[in-house]
Amino acid sequence: MSTTTLEKSSSAPRPVLKHTLSFEQPLAKLEQQILELEAMQAQKQIDYTSELRQLRSNYTALLKKTYENLSPWETVQVARHPQRPQFRDYVELMCREFRELHGDRRFADDKAIVCGLARLGVHKIMLIGHHKGRDTKEKIACNFGCAHPEGYRKALRCMKLAEKFGLPVVTLVDTAGAYPGLGSEERGVAEAIAVNMMEMSRLRTPIVSVITGEGGSGGAIGIAVADRVAMMEYAWYSVISPEGCSGILWKGSDNAADAAAALKLTSKDLKQKGIIDQIVPEPLGGAHRDPHTAAHHLEQYLSKTLKDLKRCKIDNLLERRYEKFREQGVYASKTSRMTKVG
Amino acid sequence: MMSDQQITGGSAKNDGIPAGLWMRCPECGDMLFKKVVEENLHVCPSCQHHFRIGARLRVKQLLDEGTFEELFADIEPIDPLGFVDKKSYADRLKAEQLKSGEKDALVCGKGFVKGRPLAIGVMDPNFMMGSMGSVVGEKLTRTIELAAEEKLPLLIVSCSGGARMQESTLSLMQMAKTSAALGRLDEAGCLFISLLADPTTGGVTASFAMLGDFILAEPKALIGFAGPRTIWNTIKQELPEGFQRAEFLQEKGFVDFIVPRKDLRLEIARLIDYCVK
Ligand SMILES: [Zn+2]
Repeated sequence: MSTTTLEKSSSAPRPVLKHTLSFEQPLAKLEQQILELEAMQAQKQIDYTSELRQLRSNYTALLKKTYENLSPWETVQVARHPQRPQFRDYVELMCREFRELHGDRRFADDKAIVCGLARLGVHKIMLIGHHKGRDTKEKIACNFGCAHPEGYRKALRCMKLAEKFGLPVVTLVDTAGAYPGLGSEERGVAEAIAVNMMEMSRLRTPIVSVITGEGGSGGAIGIAVADRVAMMEYAWYSVISPEGCSGILWKGSDNAADAAAALKLTSKDLKQKGIIDQIVPEPLGGAHRDPHTAAHHLEQYLSKTLKDLKRCKIDNLLERRYEKFREQGVYASKTSRMTKVG
Repeated sequence: MMSDQQITGGSAKNDGIPAGLWMRCPECGDMLFKKVVEENLHVCPSCQHHFRIGARLRVKQLLDEGTFEELFADIEPIDPLGFVDKKSYADRLKAEQLKSGEKDALVCGKGFVKGRPLAIGVMDPNFMMGSMGSVVGEKLTRTIELAAEEKLPLLIVSCSGGARMQESTLSLMQMAKTSAALGRLDEAGCLFISLLADPTTGGVTASFAMLGDFILAEPKALIGFAGPRTIWNTIKQELPEGFQRAEFLQEKGFVDFIVPRKDLRLEIARLIDYCVK
C-alpha cells in the first residue's frame, strides 16, 4: 500500500487490456502478436528473442506515437477507460490509511462521492472524490460517479470538519456530471453545488483538487474550488460533455469529436489558458496501463503541493484562492476592475 | 452545465412579442392587444402568464423612473477559444448583438426601488438565451464587489439557459468566481436578493441564483439544474406535474416565496426595510 511497493514504470506490454479503445486496435494487435510469440517460444523451445525484442520495440514506439498524438476526443475516451484507476484505487495505492466517513447527516450516504480521513505520506488529510464503481454492482450503487445533492453535502460536511481540525483537503474529481434525475432536482443539486463553491472559496484550510478522469461541468467544480487545481494528463474538464455539446450545437450526438476539439478540454489546453496550475504526468499509454505509476505521480504531486500550501498563512492563502478564480474569464474592457478595498 | 433549455441562436418567439398590434398568449391562446400586455408589465391579463422580458425592460419595470445608473457597460465579449460549431462563436456574437442591441447577456448598475438604493444585475434572455460566459461573470462579480464595498443591497434577476458552451471551461469558472464573490458579500453583511425568472437553469442555478439570502421566483418560472429532456432521458419516466416550476421549488424548499410581477417592487422594498439599517 505504501509507495515503496510501487512497481517501476515500464512500457512493455502488460497482459492484454480487457477493454480496447478503437484507436488502440493496432496496439492491441501488436500486443497479441507478442503474447503469441512468447507462448510459442515457451511451448516449442524455439528462441524468438530477437523477434520479440523487435516487436516490443515497435510496440513501445507505436504506443508513444499514439499517445503523443491523441485527439481531444481520444483523450476523452482514455479518461473514461473502464480500467482507468478510480478514487478507491488511488486510495489503495497512495494512502497508508483511509477511514471512510459516510453520509451528509441530512438524507443519505451518496456513494458517488467518497470522503474520509487519510494519511498520504507525512500528511494527514481529508480526502474526497468521485467514485464511479469498478464492477456492475458497484457502478449501480455509485450511479457511475454521478452524485446527488447528498454527495456534495457530505463533501462539504467533511470539508468543514477538516477546517475545524486543521486538516488540508484533497479532492479527486472524476465525474461525467451531477446526477440528472428527479430526486437530484427535488433535493436541490444546484443549490448544493452553489453552496459548495461559495464555502470552498473561503474554507480556512488548504485545498488541492485534481481532475483525475472526467471533469464534467458543475458536478466537477462542485468539489474543485481550491488553492491548486491540477489535471491528470489524459483527464478532461469542461462546461459540458462533448456528447451534450454536440447534441445542442450540432443537433445530434454524431459530432462529439468536433465538440471535444472545440471545447478545449484537455489538460494541455487548460494549462495553457491558465485554468489549471499543473498537469500530473501519466505513464506511457495512460493510467489504465499502469495504475501504480499513475498513483505514484499523483502522490508526488499532492505531497509536494500540500507541503507548499502548509507553509502559507491561511489569510494569504484565502486571498490568493479568491484571486485565482476572480481572474478567470476573457473579455474586452476599457476599464479595469475596482481595486480591492483597504 | 448547459441545460437543454439553452438555445443557440436568437428566437423571436421566446420573447412572446411578435410584430404587429396583436399577440397570442402561448399559455391560454387568447389574442391580446399588445399595448394592454405592455401596460400589464408583460403579463397576460387573461391567464397571468408572465412573458419573458429583456434586461432593459426589466430594469425599467423594477427601478424608480430615471434612477438607473448603468455600470461596466464597456465590457464586451470576445471569442477566447476560437469556438466553431455550425457557426463560429464570433459570428454568433455579432448576430446576437445586432438582434438584441446588447453587447452580452447582462445589464447591471445602481438604482432605486421605491426610494431605496441598490445594486442590480439583470440577465437578458434575448442574448444567447441569457447564457453566462466571461462577460456575464465579470460584470456580475464587479456588481457584487461594488455592493460589498458600498454596502448596498444587491438584486440579481436570473433568466438564463445556463453557462455558455462556447467559452467552455471559462464559463464554468464564472460559476466559482461569482459564488466566491457572494461569499465575500455575505461576510460584508450585505443583503442579496435573488429573483428567478423563467427560465433559470444549468450553471446559473448551480451558482449565484441559489445563493440568495432570499430567493424569489416569478409564477411558473422554470427553475432547475438539468433540463427536463435530459432528466427524462435518464429516468425514462413521466415527470411529475409542475416539475421544475417555481411552485414545485417552493414546495421542495428552495424558493422563499413566489411574487407576481406587479408586486416585485413592493416585496423587494419590504425585504430591504427588514435587512438594511
Ligand atoms: Zn394568457
